Amino acid sequence: MVETATAQAPAKTASGGNILQVRNLEAWYGESHILHGINFDVNAGEVVTLLGRNGAGKTTTLKSIMGIIGKRTGSVKFNNQDIIRTTSDKIARMGIAFCPEERGIFSSLDVRENLMLPPVVRPGGLPLEQIFDLFPNLKERLNSQGTKLSGGEQQMLAIARILRTGANFLMLDEPTEGLAPVIIQQIGHTIARLKKEGFTILLVEQNFRFASTVADRYYVVEHGKIIDGFSNAELAANMDKLHTYLGV
Amino acid sequence: MQALYAQLLVGLINGSFYALLSLGLAVIFGMLNIINFAHGAVYMMGAFAAYFLLNLGGINYWWALLLAPIIVGIFGMILERTMLQWLTGLDHLYGLLLTFGIALIVQGVFQNYFGSSGLPYAIPDQLKGGMNLGFMFLPVYRGWVVIFSLVVCIATWFLIEKTRLGAYLRAATENPTLVRAFGVNVPRMITLTYGLGVGLAALAGVLSAPINQVRPLMGADLIIVVFAVVVIGGMGSIMGSIITGFALGVIEGMTKYFYPEASNTVVFVLMVLVLLVKPTGLTGRAA
Ligand SMILES: Nc1ncnc2c1ncn2[C@@H]1O[C@H](COP(=O)(O)OP(=O)(O)O)[C@@H](O)[C@H]1O
Ligand SMILES: [Mg+2]
Repeated sequence: MVETATAQAPAKTASGGNILQVRNLEAWYGESHILHGINFDVNAGEVVTLLGRNGAGKTTTLKSIMGIIGKRTGSVKFNNQDIIRTTSDKIARMGIAFCPEERGIFSSLDVRENLMLPPVVRPGGLPLEQIFDLFPNLKERLNSQGTKLSGGEQQMLAIARILRTGANFLMLDEPTEGLAPVIIQQIGHTIARLKKEGFTILLVEQNFRFASTVADRYYVVEHGKIIDGFSNAELAANMDKLHTYLGV
Repeated sequence: MQALYAQLLVGLINGSFYALLSLGLAVIFGMLNIINFAHGAVYMMGAFAAYFLLNLGGINYWWALLLAPIIVGIFGMILERTMLQWLTGLDHLYGLLLTFGIALIVQGVFQNYFGSSGLPYAIPDQLKGGMNLGFMFLPVYRGWVVIFSLVVCIATWFLIEKTRLGAYLRAATENPTLVRAFGVNVPRMITLTYGLGVGLAALAGVLSAPINQVRPLMGADLIIVVFAVVVIGGMGSIMGSIITGFALGVIEGMTKYFYPEASNTVVFVLMVLVLLVKPTGLTGRAA
């Protein structure tokens, strides 16, 4: 275990400069204090994964960055701008897109409407052809009710709709949760391809076998704190620790 | 037979008002989670706005159809910004009490200045007179009210169910936090939605002015029936509230012909029956 924020952040990867800097982030749900000082960084072009047991505070971390947790303190800098006091609609317009754990597909919207819902926030989003190329199933189901899709298709839709917007910093909360291996594989390929396209991705995963196929770096969350961090190259050396952290 | 058709027409006209009002209530309920008890008061304000526009500004009926909903809609949006928005997340009861209080104040102020009797509002020249349809005599203005209301209802349905703006609205009804996290200014959308619902009520008020005169309590009387209509139709569906509105107007009209003694109570009897069988209303979802 390491003490300070800087010590926790492993050497930067070959990719670009710092895009997200989280310092001493604390968050509350009403009276319950959930995050107790989260510190980590994400560099442009990286895939960074937050690991940790159920209830550790991974989702709360993403939601705090997105600005949808009522009470939060500390600092979250996105492209050097502090967004800890910014409302979530403005944060989205700065180029952060969020794919929630529960997927958030709207039942009163058909698949096309779900796909087209998030407004374009800046140029450079993926064109529809490319999205259908990544997720051919969606093209077949455009007129179905959003929640009539299978779990895997809903997950694809939840990812697909944020690729159009031009946001280049994606936060994906457990995209493989409860899905069949073939679909997990497809999502893995998608993430790899998005990385190649230049997206920066902050991923939350319980499945570190999956995470290891796409991530550059890892942070381990426990009881609302980051307790460790290492790069993909250091994964093998950290396996024992990781098993202890995750209890697997 | 003539009398039957006449009652059918009366029913369709009342149905138009029920539909416009319950449609607005449904839209407001979906986005704000508030049962807008001020709806009758803003309907009345719509009629008064038309009256003032004509008598103080010389602005005719046609302009009033456009301007009165905008003026009253702005009044509604100010209410939402200054008061209703603070109720987000609280129990329905708070919204009910607040809007009920607003209705009493608004109606009290108008009663203070205008008493309880009706002020006349003339039918515009272009819509005076009637047509002999062979089987009945149709006053042009009444036909106009039914058709125009129907058009406005369908247009609102189209806006909500078929456009991009409507998709935002439906999505925000389901999960406002997520829609906002996509970059949509949801608080502003909520304000506009309240303005839209209130504007529809004001429009109904303008339409009714030449038929029912302009009275401070015109909305208070009507809104009781409209809430019964909403209970019957359920809050869940836009088309549901339109159809229920027109249908209940017609049922009421028919009752007036076949069994006049029950015409004032038939809607409430239906309400009780529906509540017994399907408490969420015919097209409703649980609130
Ligand atoms: N809406 C909420 N209200 C109160 N407590 C919550 C809420 N959501 C999550 N929590 C609590 O916050 C802690 C962290 O949850 P979460 O961030 O979802 O964990 P993770 O995503 O790592 O599984 C848990 O103890 C959970 O019970
Ligand atoms: Mg979680």
